[in-house]
Amino acid sequence: MALTHDDVCRVARLARLRQDEAQAQSMLTELNRIFALMEQMQGVDTTLVEPMSHPRDVAQRLRADRVTESDRREQLLPLAPKSENGLYLVPKVIE
Amino acid sequence: MFQLSIADLSQCLARRECSSVELARLFLERIRTLNPGLNAVITLDEERTLAAAAAADRRIAAGESGPLTGIPILHKDIFLAKGWRTTCGSRMLENFIAPYDAHVVEKLDAAGMVNLGKTNMDEFAMGSSNETSWFGPVRNPWRLSAVPGGSSGGSASAVAARLAPCATGTDTGGSIRQPAALTGICGLKPTYGVASRYGMIAFASSLDQAGPMAKTAQDLALMLNAMAGFDARDSTSLEREPEDYTRELTRPIKGLRIGLPKEFFAEGVQPAVTKAVEAAIAQYRALGAEIVEVSLPNMGLSIPVYYVLAPAEASSNLARFDGVRYGHRAAEYTDLTDMYERTRAEGFGAEVRRRIMIGTYVLSHGYYDAYYIKAQRVRRLIAADFAAAFERCDVIMGPTSPTTAFELGSRTDDPVQMYLCDIYTIAVNLAGLPGLSIPAGFDAAGLPVGLQLIGDYFSEARLLNVAHQFQLASDWHVTMPSSFAA
Repeated sequence: MALTHDDVCRVARLARLRQDEAQAQSMLTELNRIFALMEQMQGVDTTLVEPMSHPRDVAQRLRADRVTESDRREQLLPLAPKSENGLYLVPKVIE
Repeated sequence: MFQLSIADLSQCLARRECSSVELARLFLERIRTLNPGLNAVITLDEERTLAAAAAADRRIAAGESGPLTGIPILHKDIFLAKGWRTTCGSRMLENFIAPYDAHVVEKLDAAGMVNLGKTNMDEFAMGSSNETSWFGPVRNPWRLSAVPGGSSGGSASAVAARLAPCATGTDTGGSIRQPAALTGICGLKPTYGVASRYGMIAFASSLDQAGPMAKTAQDLALMLNAMAGFDARDSTSLEREPEDYTRELTRPIKGLRIGLPKEFFAEGVQPAVTKAVEAAIAQYRALGAEIVEVSLPNMGLSIPVYYVLAPAEASSNLARFDGVRYGHRAAEYTDLTDMYERTRAEGFGAEVRRRIMIGTYVLSHGYYDAYYIKAQRVRRLIAADFAAAFERCDVIMGPTSPTTAFELGSRTDDPVQMYLCDIYTIAVNLAGLPGLSIPAGFDAAGLPVGLQLIGDYFSEARLLNVAHQFQLASDWHVTMPSSFAA
């Protein structure tokens, strides 16, 4: 099954990746070559096979429900491209 | 001096034949003079390095040193090292200063290793040639027009050129083993969960694993002793008793059952690679090993499975790069969405964008079951093939890479060709098994060939034993590129 130009534009929006028309075209060609490779999987019978998400089938470890993070604002906030008064700055989202 | 293994350098330090500061200066000087031709190291901080070396010398003087104390090391730039610029080979993190240490870095620091600097890598570890780095390609010291492999290409090239005695790497689909093979060094990917992923910038979280890169199997064992261990900050870190990975090094090979999967010796392998691998296996036979034919019938599916699962996990992991909390932010934008889109389009290179697109697509509504869940099911079949093979043998051997190092630029136009570089390494990550590459000869052009050793879960000590015994009987691992030997 081949991807369409619309698919590439939709996925780029979902992934928050700006692309121009030339990039969308070449992305479409590349992705279709890669997805042709993936089609090999579809012929395999996996009806009775459970999906494997962890190599050792280990369940997520649980811990006590208490705060473990300390306040690291002074360390972390200076890494932000824009901040002011201890807050991250982003473009206005509410009119 | 720069040719010596960690084990030998450690002896020199213990006998006071050299100091850690002298070693640090020696390797910093080699980096200064030789790195410009390789582009293997992208960040240095001499002051920090020399301070760490001086601290190691004090520990040695106080009689509080271990086998790694005072030994210089380079870290792949995927590991956070507090106060060091950590870029992951990306424009997105070009000016990012790590606010804390990765668990692996913390452990190696605690063992007294001296951080020499950070190595170049494929952007976000996505690549098999080290050509996707924002900081430019790395060159192979055996032939400067060839790639060193990837994604831990900077670490591999640096160790091969003896710019450092050892380095850290990470392996998601072959990123330690393949560059180790292409540059003639040793590299180990441990069992998934043995080394903590905390502070290691995430690519594909169910596959990523840190491991050591060095000149000898014995050095890998010494490094793994410090790198391995449970860490509550990584939810997939395994709670196991610590083990000494050097404990089996001296065990004789006699009686070892080597499994040879016929799929590893199929079409598409360069004859020189097959020849070197077969010669190495003949040497094992001479040492008393038995050969067993095994089969991994689903191995051919590992590439399609990997290129669904790894991009899916990557698209999720890389969603954190939004230009708000850290990293690059576009200079101009109209609103929040526009800021995200421009920031990410500018900050990520072509291969990373491609993989985010694949991952976003296979996780999107209507395709999740057909691709993502399907790939997870086939993943289990691939793991089951290995389980069946290990009923009949102790270690699986074959080539690490189907070819020796290829020319820079020769595969960059064709992502599918590039993905096929990892045909022999990817299945090991999908199954979560340990895998090791050691030098096993050269092709006619003088480029190194790697022999891959794959073991059952937690068999690192045995794999290192099997590699070490080969190195006692061969000298491929001590051969270095002559233009860097002066």
